[in-house]
Amino acid sequence: MLPTDGVVAVVKRDCPTCDLVAPLLVDLRRAGHVGAVVCQDDRGFPAGIDVIDDSDLDLSWDLGIETVPTLLRLAGGREAARAEGWSRAQWEQLLGVTGIGRGLPDHRPGCGSATLDPGRADALLVRHRGGILTSRRVELGELEDPFEAMFDRGWSDGLPVVPPTEARVLRMLSGTTRDPAEVVAVVPPGLVACTVEKVAVNAVMAGCRPEYLPVVLASVEAACSDAFNAHGVLATTWSAGPLIIVNGPVARAIGMNSTGNALGQGNRANATIGRALQLVIRNVGGGRPGPGGIDRAALGHPGKVGWCFAEDEEGSPWEPLSVSRGVAPGRSAVTLFAGSGATPFIDQLSRTPDSLVRTMAAVLRASAHPKLAPAFDCVLVVSPEHARVYRDAGWDRTRLLAELTDLLQLDAAGLTRGVGGIAEGMPAALTAAGGQLPKFRPGGLLVVHAGGRAGMFSTVIPGWASGRTGSEPVTRPIDGPA
Amino acid sequence: MANPPSLPTVVLDPSGEREAVARARAARPPALRGRTVGLLDISKARGDVFLDRLAELLGAEGAVVRRYRKPTFTKPAPVDLRQEIAVQCQVVIEALAD
Repeated sequence: MLPTDGVVAVVKRDCPTCDLVAPLLVDLRRAGHVGAVVCQDDRGFPAGIDVIDDSDLDLSWDLGIETVPTLLRLAGGREAARAEGWSRAQWEQLLGVTGIGRGLPDHRPGCGSATLDPGRADALLVRHRGGILTSRRVELGELEDPFEAMFDRGWSDGLPVVPPTEARVLRMLSGTTRDPAEVVAVVPPGLVACTVEKVAVNAVMAGCRPEYLPVVLASVEAACSDAFNAHGVLATTWSAGPLIIVNGPVARAIGMNSTGNALGQGNRANATIGRALQLVIRNVGGGRPGPGGIDRAALGHPGKVGWCFAEDEEGSPWEPLSVSRGVAPGRSAVTLFAGSGATPFIDQLSRTPDSLVRTMAAVLRASAHPKLAPAFDCVLVVSPEHARVYRDAGWDRTRLLAELTDLLQLDAAGLTRGVGGIAEGMPAALTAAGGQLPKFRPGGLLVVHAGGRAGMFSTVIPGWASGRTGSEPVTRPIDGPA
Repeated sequence: MANPPSLPTVVLDPSGEREAVARARAARPPALRGRTVGLLDISKARGDVFLDRLAELLGAEGAVVRRYRKPTFTKPAPVDLRQEIAVQCQVVIEALAD
C-alpha cells in the first residue's frame, strides 16, 4: 500500500498542525513530491487527494508514528529520514525541494499520534505483538474484581498482585532484548522450565517496571543454580529465603535504594525485584508454604515475600561485593544469599577499628547459635557510620575479614554439647582434641556496605547450611538492558 | 449513547502450567516375591537403619532388594539416579527419617 521509495505523510484530522499544513500536503501530493498521505482518523482528510485510511492504526503502528504530522522518507522499504511536526527547514531537506509553505510559520509542533492514545495503545500493542506470548490466556469473569481473582487462583503471596494482562507483560518484555521464549532456568521444586516470558508475567505481578527485568532474570538464573540450591532453601524448616544484593551501574539506573532504610520498605525496585523471584518460585516452580506446600519453614521471616537491596558503592570504603567475588569493576551483578533474617546491633561508642571489630565478632559469634562453629554463612551489612571507623583507620575489606576471622576462632572446649548447661553445640568428637574451631568456613562471611548516614548500627544476616548439602552464595553478572 | 460492553479481562497464566494432573499410579503388585524393590536412602541421619530393617523384612518376603543413596536430602535426586531406579526396579521405597 505504501511506496517502497518516496515520501509518506501521516496525519490526523483532529490536529491543528495537520490542519495548518493540509493545503501544502495536497500540493505536494499532486506534484508527486509526496508519494502517499495516510490519515489516522478520517479518510477524507485532507480533501482533494486520495488518502490511505489508517483508522485501525496498523500502518501507523508499523511505522512507529508518535507525532502527527510526520513526514517519512522511505528507501528500499526502509525509513531513511523522518520529520515530526511542521518545520519548513526539515521538510525542505527531507523532500529535496525549497520554497514550500509560503504563508505558514517557520515551524509548529505536531500533536500526539492516535497510536499513543491511552485507550488504544494497549490494544494495538496486544494486536501487533501479542502473538509472541505463549502463556495460557486466562479469562476473568466479567463481574470478577481482577485483584481478587489473583487471590482466588492462588497466585498471590498474601499481598495484592498486579493482574498480568497481555499489554502489561508485553511492556515488561521491552525491558530485555532476550527472546521471550528463551528458557531462563529450571525452577524448583517442580523443576519447571521457565521462560523469559514467564518471568515477565510474575515480574508484572510483583509490581516491577520493565527496566528491572534484567535484574530479575539474573536473580532467577542465580537462584536456580545447583550451587544456590533453591529447592533446599525453600524446603528447609529453617527460616532462610533468597536475598538479592545488587551491584554496579544498574542499581542507580533503576533507582534502587542503597542508603537510608535500604533493608526496609519504600523503594519500588527494592520491594519488587525480590518479590518477582519469590513469585516465580511460587507460581512457576510451585514452591509455596501452607498445607501440602514444600516451604516448611517453622517461622520464616518478613523478607521471604522478597528481599533485595543495592550496596552503597559510592560511600563504601571498599570495592563492591561483586568485585571482591570476581566480577569486573563497573559490571552490574546480583549476589544471591540464603538469608534468614536481619539481626541489627548497636555500637555507638567504638572509635577505633579494634574496638568496633570486637563488637562485630561478638555479635557474629552468636549467629545461628553461639556454640555452633562452623555455623551458617553470614552477610555483615556495615552502615556508613561504622564503615567510617574502618575507613579512617585504613582497613580494607581483606583486613576487616582477616581480623574478624581471627577473633572468630573459638575455643573448641567451650562449644561442646552440654557445656554451659546447654545441650546444643559441637559434638565431642570434633572438640576432644581441643584447639579452636572457626565460626565461619573460609569465604563464609560476606561484607557489604549499605545504609543511611546516621545511625551507629550495623546488621548481621545469617544464612543457612553451606557447602554441598546447603546453599552457596552465587554471584552472577547482569545482561544489559534493551 | 449506551456504554459499549466491556471486554473481559484477560491475564496470562503465571504458573508453570502443569495442572495438578492426578497421574495414575502403576498397579500395585499382588505380592513382592520375585519383584525388585528399590530402597532409596536420602542421606538423612539413621535412614539407613530404617532401610536395613526393611531390607531384611522384604528379603524374607522373597523380594529382590536393591539399595540406592542420593548425595543429600536437601536436593532432588540426580537425574541419572532416578533413571537407574526406574529402569532397575518395579517398586520403590524412599526413606525419610529424622
